[in-house]
Amino acid sequence: MANGNGRVGLRERISQAGDHIRTSQVWSSIFRPGSPFRAGYTDSPRNRSYVIMNNVLYHLHPVKVKRHAVRLSYTLCLGGLSFFLFILLTITGIFLMFYYRPTSPQAYLDIQALATDVAFGQLVRNMHRWGAHLMVLVVFLHMARVFYHGAYKPPREFNWVVGIVLLTLTLLLSFTGYLLPWDQLALWAVTVGSNMGAYAPVIGDQVSFALIGGVQITPDTLLRWYVLHVLFLPFITVVFMAVHFWRVRKDGGISGPL
Amino acid sequence: MAGLPDHLLRRSAEARAKAEGRDVEEVLAELKGEAPPAPQQEAPAPAATPEPAPAPPTAPEPAPAPAPAVSGAAGPARDLNAESASSGVPVPLLQRAMEGRARKEGKPVPAMAGAPAAAAPAAPSQVAPAAAAPAAAAAPAAPPAIPEGVTTQRLLTVVKAGAIQQVKSSPQDKVNVWPHLLAIEFVALMVVTAGLIVFSVFVDAPLLEFANFNEQPNPSKAPWYFLGLQELLSYFDPQVAGVIIPTFGVIGLAVIPYIDKNPSVKPSDRKLAIMVFSFFLFASAVLTIYGSFFRGPGFNFSFPWTDGIFFDF
Repeated sequence: MANGNGRVGLRERISQAGDHIRTSQVWSSIFRPGSPFRAGYTDSPRNRSYVIMNNVLYHLHPVKVKRHAVRLSYTLCLGGLSFFLFILLTITGIFLMFYYRPTSPQAYLDIQALATDVAFGQLVRNMHRWGAHLMVLVVFLHMARVFYHGAYKPPREFNWVVGIVLLTLTLLLSFTGYLLPWDQLALWAVTVGSNMGAYAPVIGDQVSFALIGGVQITPDTLLRWYVLHVLFLPFITVVFMAVHFWRVRKDGGISGPL
Repeated sequence: MAGLPDHLLRRSAEARAKAEGRDVEEVLAELKGEAPPAPQQEAPAPAATPEPAPAPPTAPEPAPAPAPAVSGAAGPARDLNAESASSGVPVPLLQRAMEGRARKEGKPVPAMAGAPAAAAPAAPSQVAPAAAAPAAAAAPAAPPAIPEGVTTQRLLTVVKAGAIQQVKSSPQDKVNVWPHLLAIEFVALMVVTAGLIVFSVFVDAPLLEFANFNEQPNPSKAPWYFLGLQELLSYFDPQVAGVIIPTFGVIGLAVIPYIDKNPSVKPSDRKLAIMVFSFFLFASAVLTIYGSFFRGPGFNFSFPWTDGIFFDF
């Protein structure tokens, strides 16, 4: 739209530039056919299918689900929120890793420094902690929701088992993270918690020794649990989550048995 | 048309008769290759006539004599045509089965009423020039017209409905994930993220004094999700509360789908399952809350509103 004096207006220029970008080879190589970001997208049933089918989301969702399953009150989004909180905790956790050293006095000092020396350090630490507690709660509620809907029945039995493994892993992730601030709360909560595991018959002492790296919690435990918390357990969890989601798509999840 | 059951042959003949406007019996006779009332004269070898042409079979004309002399020690003669008519199994298959059984048991092949001549050991010394010739079956047990080492298969079979996977699905009330579900999910993620940020702005994560091995706080509590177990520790032996109960708890949860055989998902059909699960859910919630807020110094009972809360997240 030209303005009065025959020159091309700013809005027009921006719009043209946008069209130019959206029709470029780079842009259309990024967004697959059917993507709403692609030039010429129209809201058609075909494109609505393509949005999912031509997207990485196809790993998580089918093209269509039953109408009743979409109601918020049906799932309360608990499974999706568990996954989302895992991602959120990964992001905030990576942020915290930049400022944290898992050695004896330093760990505590680094946590203190988060509140004073690091921009948004305290906020991110808070989000990581509250998000972790929320994730335990959400995973637990997700399990209860699945039970009350009878969603563990054939053919989805095994995915329930995978879910129980994921619940256990979530607890372990939270528990290993609990020690890392290296304050009185962390030390003694973990002492009490891991003492319970040491009562296991036959292997209790060995498991306890391997987990806390000694007969009692020491600064060495800090490094051990740090590695478990930031690498080992997330890795295992991701593997089980992949299986969990895959089985949701194969055996049925939000949309009931396929 | 060797080996086809009579009813299939008849159905085919009826269809053809209808299409060509001819008499059914006439077509049937033509399909069988001979005059209608001559079931003995069905062609003997299915493998020898792979072409399903209505022409007379290319196999040699069966000898009219059923060779009763062979039936010496081989048991009673069998009327395969009659058996075929009653069971629906084609004559050559019956014959082959009979011969196979005889060979396995080491007996001569029993005589057959209406059997083709190839089965009769007419000329054991005669060596056939062509492998495909029926006379090549010089040994009495060999099937007619099928050379040694050649296996033939019949592809004709009846597939019952429901015997294979049903791919047809009944129509359901479905909606597209985009935009209906993804929009909801996106809003849910945003709400949770916003809620978490706001909460984190106003409530700081706890950080007590530096870890001190020589000074155990009183009470010492595990993280909140283990407080139910810690509560149990004050009632039971550590072996029970710390090991057996959590182990059985996790295993018990995992095997729920294999114990609960009830296929229904309607709550009214699942009263027992829901009751049991709710009991454990409620019990763990009560234990956790009790351990969190009603346990004071020495892990003794205390009211949170009089003695204060001994609990940290």
